[in-house]
Amino acid sequence: MQMTGGGGSLPPLDITRAPEGGEIGPVQSGWRLALREFARNKLAVVGAAILLFFVIFSFVGPVLYHGNYLTSNLLAVNEPPGAGYPLGTNNQGYDELALIMKGGQVALEVGFFSALVAIVWGALWGAVSGLAGGVVDAIMMRVVDVFLSVPFLFIVLIVAVKYGASVLNLSLLIGAFSWLVPARLVRGEVLTLRVRDFVSAARVAGASRTRLIGRHLLPNALGVVIVNVTFQVADAILAIAFLGFLGFGLQWPNEDWGDLLSSGVSYIQDGYWWQVYPVGACIVLVVMACNLIGDAARDSLDVRLRSR
Amino acid sequence: MIGYIVRRIGVSILILFGVSLFIFALLHAIYPSPAIDVLGARANGALIKAFNKQNGFDDPWLVQYGRYIGNLLRGNLGYSYKLNQSVTSLINEVWARSAWLSGVSLVLSVVIAIPLGVYQAVRRNTIGDYVATGVAFSVYAMPVFFLGLILIQIFALDLHWFSFEGSQSTSVVGVIGDWHAMTLPVATLTLLTIASFSRYMRSTSMDVLAQDYIKVARAKGLPERLVLLRHLLRNACLPMVTLIGLSIPNLLAGNLITETLFNFRGLGLLFYTALQNVDYNVLLAYTLIGALLTIIGNLVADIALTVADPRIRLS
Repeated sequence: MQMTGGGGSLPPLDITRAPEGGEIGPVQSGWRLALREFARNKLAVVGAAILLFFVIFSFVGPVLYHGNYLTSNLLAVNEPPGAGYPLGTNNQGYDELALIMKGGQVALEVGFFSALVAIVWGALWGAVSGLAGGVVDAIMMRVVDVFLSVPFLFIVLIVAVKYGASVLNLSLLIGAFSWLVPARLVRGEVLTLRVRDFVSAARVAGASRTRLIGRHLLPNALGVVIVNVTFQVADAILAIAFLGFLGFGLQWPNEDWGDLLSSGVSYIQDGYWWQVYPVGACIVLVVMACNLIGDAARDSLDVRLRSR
Repeated sequence: MIGYIVRRIGVSILILFGVSLFIFALLHAIYPSPAIDVLGARANGALIKAFNKQNGFDDPWLVQYGRYIGNLLRGNLGYSYKLNQSVTSLINEVWARSAWLSGVSLVLSVVIAIPLGVYQAVRRNTIGDYVATGVAFSVYAMPVFFLGLILIQIFALDLHWFSFEGSQSTSVVGVIGDWHAMTLPVATLTLLTIASFSRYMRSTSMDVLAQDYIKVARAKGLPERLVLLRHLLRNACLPMVTLIGLSIPNLLAGNLITETLFNFRGLGLLFYTALQNVDYNVLLAYTLIGALLTIIGNLVADIALTVADPRIRLS
């Protein structure tokens, strides 16, 4: 028997339509949602494209473009951009373009490696500290405070002067002072997460602390960590540029962008712009790309700012 | 609140102690004694041992640390064997110049960045906002020395408006009056600080503008100017207090590169010279001062925020 009151029969029950008539889309995991938000942000895509370009430029470029950056060529010293030298030469006859590619390799390697070191150590420290609580937590966080008060640039400079600089040295050194912020962030996240039901359930099921951290807490704190990684890379690249500019960075033949800038500075009054501005532009572009990606990652992983 | 301040100061002193211990240990591990500097590069082992024994450099490092701190509290920061002066006198010569450079930049950047950030938030997503955000973003991604180089190229070498060097005057008064030489260093530091401050100011202002009390103020009929001045500014400036406190040590490090670039004889250039000469005592003193400034900056930021924000005080 038909129901009265609505006038006419009810439409057939259609489970793919929400009551207001909207479509129910396929269920999406948090990560895919975040990725879509990220892709929708045009600036972020630009940033990712720039970063990808520089990775290809630095690592694949030297395979295709054989510029000379190893042997002095005194006949071609300080040449402006022109035939044979797309970006000119520096004061020893080295090809600027080849030097920039080599510098890019160093910068990206140290940037990513030091960020990796900082994130891994910092996340573990923060997770252990947050989960332990009490005295252990207090002590671990005081250690973080102590290290945070150490002036980063000075210590890095002093140690680099004594022990020389190699890619590994610099990455470890920069990472050794950059793990503090991820530690604090992860600890904050863990403090929020440890009162949740799934953690209690895992505990009841007999999960060891290692398993709790590795399987439950860290994966859920990953959002904060990802945002921080991008900013760590940007900071590390700037730090190496500083070191190189002051002359305490890597030595020849591993010339870094900062190194190139510092040698170009002496010739700025002679008008040799090609030794200064292309390198500087590269630094700015890479750091800006990392910042853009970091901002967009923060926006897309922060649930409150979602457009839906 | 007094209790909170006292506790904060107590914790800071503890952290200062820990930091000084760490820095001293690190530097001591790297440069155990100035024997080579004093005796010459070809001194043999026996001479070095005798020197160390005579001057107490072979004592356990904790004892040396205690001695150093004792000297420090009496105002004796050690002796620079490379420059043949006491470290205290070296610092006394130049700290006022660096302080002037940092102070002027900080004041200028705060004065410019706060209105800029508010303007960007009020006129968000207009051309003005996009331009300002874009410029701030690019400047924020620049290393200090590149920004300085660009300024030098445009304003000193091409337009000849300013000098490409910092002031070489030996008196602080001379430095203060020498706008021709000091404008570019100050501008470099200021622009970089404005870039980061205005970003924070913009996002904080946007958060505050979304609050209900702004709507109420507007609904009451308050002119927009007063809404911004009386309600927005006070609430949006709170994170700025923290930022300013935290940027006090940054100015010291930013000074390092700016002073080297502009050849301005300040604390930064002193440190740079000490790095090249491997002048242990100056390096140690400079790093400790940097650490002290960082801790003071954090302390000032925390206390100022507690004083300025009644919500924290009363919670």
